[in-house]
Amino acid sequence: MTSFSLNGKQVSVDEDPATPLLWVIRDSLGLTGTKFGCGMALCGACTVHLDGKAIRSCVAPLSRVEGKHVTTIEGLSPDASHPLQRAWLEIDVPQCGYCQSGQIMSAAVLLHENSKPTDKDIDEAMGGNICRCGTYPRIRRAIHRAAEMASEKRKS
Amino acid sequence: MKCPTDSDLKVRLAKNGNSLLEDAVSKAASRMGRRSFLKATASASAGLCIAGFIPELLRASAQAAGPNSNSFAPNAFLRIAPDDTVTVISGHSEMGQGIYTSLAMVLNEELEADWAKVRVESAPVDPAYNHTVYGVQMTGGSSSTPSEWERLRKMGAMGRLMLVQAAAQKWSVDSSTCHVVNGVVIHAATGKKATYGSLATDAAQLKPPTEIKLKAPKDFTLIGKPKHRVDTKAKTNGTAQFGLDVKLPGMVYAVVARPPVFGGKVKSVDAAEALKIPGVRAVEQIPEGVAIVADRFWAAKQAREKVKISWDDGPNANLSTSQMMSDFSRQSASPGIVAKKMGDPASALSGAAKTITAEYDVPYLAHAMMEPLNCVVNLGPDSCELWTGTQFQTIDRMQAAKTAGLPPDKVKINTTLLGGGFGRRANPASDFIIEAVNVAKVAKAPVKVVWTREDDLAGGWYRPMWHDRFSAGLDAEGNPVAWTHTIVGQSIMAGTLFESFGIKNGVDSASVEGAADILYGIPNVQVDLHSPKIAVPVQWWRSVGHSHTGFSVEGFFDEMAHAGKKDPYQLRRPLLAKQPRMLALLDLVAQKGNWGKPLPAGHGRGIATHFSFDTYVAQIIEASVDKSGNVRVHKVICAVDCGRVINPDIVKAQMEGGIIFGLTAALKTEITLENGRVQQHNFYDYPMVRMFESPEIEVHIMPSEENPTGVGEPSVPPVAPALTNAIFAATGKRIRRLPIRAGELAAGNEVKS
Repeated sequence: MTSFSLNGKQVSVDEDPATPLLWVIRDSLGLTGTKFGCGMALCGACTVHLDGKAIRSCVAPLSRVEGKHVTTIEGLSPDASHPLQRAWLEIDVPQCGYCQSGQIMSAAVLLHENSKPTDKDIDEAMGGNICRCGTYPRIRRAIHRAAEMASEKRKS
Repeated sequence: MKCPTDSDLKVRLAKNGNSLLEDAVSKAASRMGRRSFLKATASASAGLCIAGFIPELLRASAQAAGPNSNSFAPNAFLRIAPDDTVTVISGHSEMGQGIYTSLAMVLNEELEADWAKVRVESAPVDPAYNHTVYGVQMTGGSSSTPSEWERLRKMGAMGRLMLVQAAAQKWSVDSSTCHVVNGVVIHAATGKKATYGSLATDAAQLKPPTEIKLKAPKDFTLIGKPKHRVDTKAKTNGTAQFGLDVKLPGMVYAVVARPPVFGGKVKSVDAAEALKIPGVRAVEQIPEGVAIVADRFWAAKQAREKVKISWDDGPNANLSTSQMMSDFSRQSASPGIVAKKMGDPASALSGAAKTITAEYDVPYLAHAMMEPLNCVVNLGPDSCELWTGTQFQTIDRMQAAKTAGLPPDKVKINTTLLGGGFGRRANPASDFIIEAVNVAKVAKAPVKVVWTREDDLAGGWYRPMWHDRFSAGLDAEGNPVAWTHTIVGQSIMAGTLFESFGIKNGVDSASVEGAADILYGIPNVQVDLHSPKIAVPVQWWRSVGHSHTGFSVEGFFDEMAHAGKKDPYQLRRPLLAKQPRMLALLDLVAQKGNWGKPLPAGHGRGIATHFSFDTYVAQIIEASVDKSGNVRVHKVICAVDCGRVINPDIVKAQMEGGIIFGLTAALKTEITLENGRVQQHNFYDYPMVRMFESPEIEVHIMPSEENPTGVGEPSVPPVAPALTNAIFAATGKRIRRLPIRAGELAAGNEVKS
């Protein structure tokens, strides 16, 4: 039995502790916002937060999250009000949308650690997330816009 | 064009499911064969099929409303609920191109409902949703918007007319004295108002209008506006449902071990070790290989690594792409079957003041959608229900039915959102559908078949590998007088159900598109084709044949300009004199891209144009190359003329996305085979352009009153040539083989070709 916090709720699962977290979240716990793209930590579609850090859940064994806090796209905000989600809406970033949960989760860690990222910061933080539809220019704009929104909120 | 009714189809199905399939395919293929979509739509619209009137479909729409039978469904494309929610039913699959939004805008332009209340859902498989030109339910060829441009406006207008009539009857006033604002019918004289939702039940009792007049474009209020996409919210909070996210009660998971060589067969299977893994239910041979079924995906995947399969590789165990490349080159030295001939290119070449020749190569390419292929199947004794992201509903349903041994009307396909398509999910042989139904036969429970990334990249159905050989003759002033182009590459249609209809006089039009129809006014032209038969399965890949002709034609054009000591932009202008739309676009991109203006040292600009899917695109790329040969793409300027624009922000997004897709093909990817085995496995050896390599992109849309044309594919073809032309301008090195290899561009190295 492995126990951890998933989006603020305690969960316990009886699975092989070597199972990648991705499949536990998707197939056993039914949260499908986190996606499978490569299974080798190469594309970032499966990005979630482990104690606030971005990890690729497709290569993280279940045993690694015992007693820790995992956040998925479903838990990023209760009502899609995170500045990144609002900026994504404002700029209409997604095309097929499949990689976007991972993009947003990677960007959320970037913004948490760096409230005003430069283009170079974005290049570095987002280099692990592939978008086959080519939404990179919009992701970049939306991260800048989210940083702006977050700073407006702090000021007010 | 006459659409079959449901009862027509039932009669024909009862006779023979297969002949219907062939009939549907033949219609689709013959229409796809007509390369000018506009001509086809013009002839189709004269007898536009308003399938929405089919009574059985009306009932189907009403049933789709669920327990709330008070909804108003005037036709198969539209449903209005008492709470004012408007549901547009899309026969076209949403794979990122924004079609749910564009089609809803087209319909609501005439319906005039409150845009904030408009939702979109995917259609069931039904002839009502057949493509208005291709005659089957499908999404592809950058054709969805042009296909629905007239039909969906009529469907929306039908709804509005009936709702207004319902209000007028209720108020005992004349319909013509009422008007609509944002889904509210208003009678100005009395001040009476009623929302669409409140009129739904009454409107449902009315007969559809027989005459539907559409708005003049000057009265459009929605079309042409950058409205937000209807699917963005679900795609930012984890709720968007793709095929891979579907879960049924009691569902099991499966992966398939497929032969390592195309056409290989299973000799023997030892499943003993695999079956020891907890949760593994079955390891069974199916026509496609060996299915491994388990309670969970992870168990199935682990078990696949433990199954010992002995394969009979069959006749293709020696396939080698490097061998093919030299074979193709040798073949291109003699002309193939003539696809286009104008004037007398042979004598024009021999009489030319200067001649140049060159050979171009592009590799096999995988689509590599971010969502790997998958399909959920619930197979019962008398029914088969599928959940998947497909671009090819009619064909898939018929193939699923044939595989399940059921009539097509017992097969239901639920089209989910597609995590990318790029053509792969419109498989000419319905490969992933048939396989999933075969897995369902051995799974004995509802089953989700999942492809891994490795399965996807090794699974075939690639963009064909192509070789292009050119000659050009120039007069003493450097103007082209002759152009010959020999193409070598597999036919996409050959060996599929489309073969007998898609290939005319030995020429697969998809192999020569963008070459046999070049826009340049060169007086003597020949384009010919060799179509070698090779066992690697190939299919359409975003922009299809244009994905190679765009590169080779525009790259060689640049060579020709330099050989004649002409500016590549200036040389194009007189040759496009009879193509005013492309000429205007070329001038626009040159102006926006600062053509001829100074650049930082080491930077170069390249220009390219391409006409595909009835859409004109011109691009300028600014790039530089470092000492190690690494290419940096700084900026892409793109100009597009796609007729009337439905949603400019979606057009921009498609241009941006197609440019990044084209850059990945130019800079990164190739599928190669040695000893019959695909050499690539995952994103480490089939890499994609990433954020830090993504250039600044500027898109300019040419205003137009022409009918809308497609935008999903046309920005891809000009990318590679604009880039290689820029590299030539920066370094003097001519790239004739994709992907671009840094080693060849490194200081002191030569470019191989």
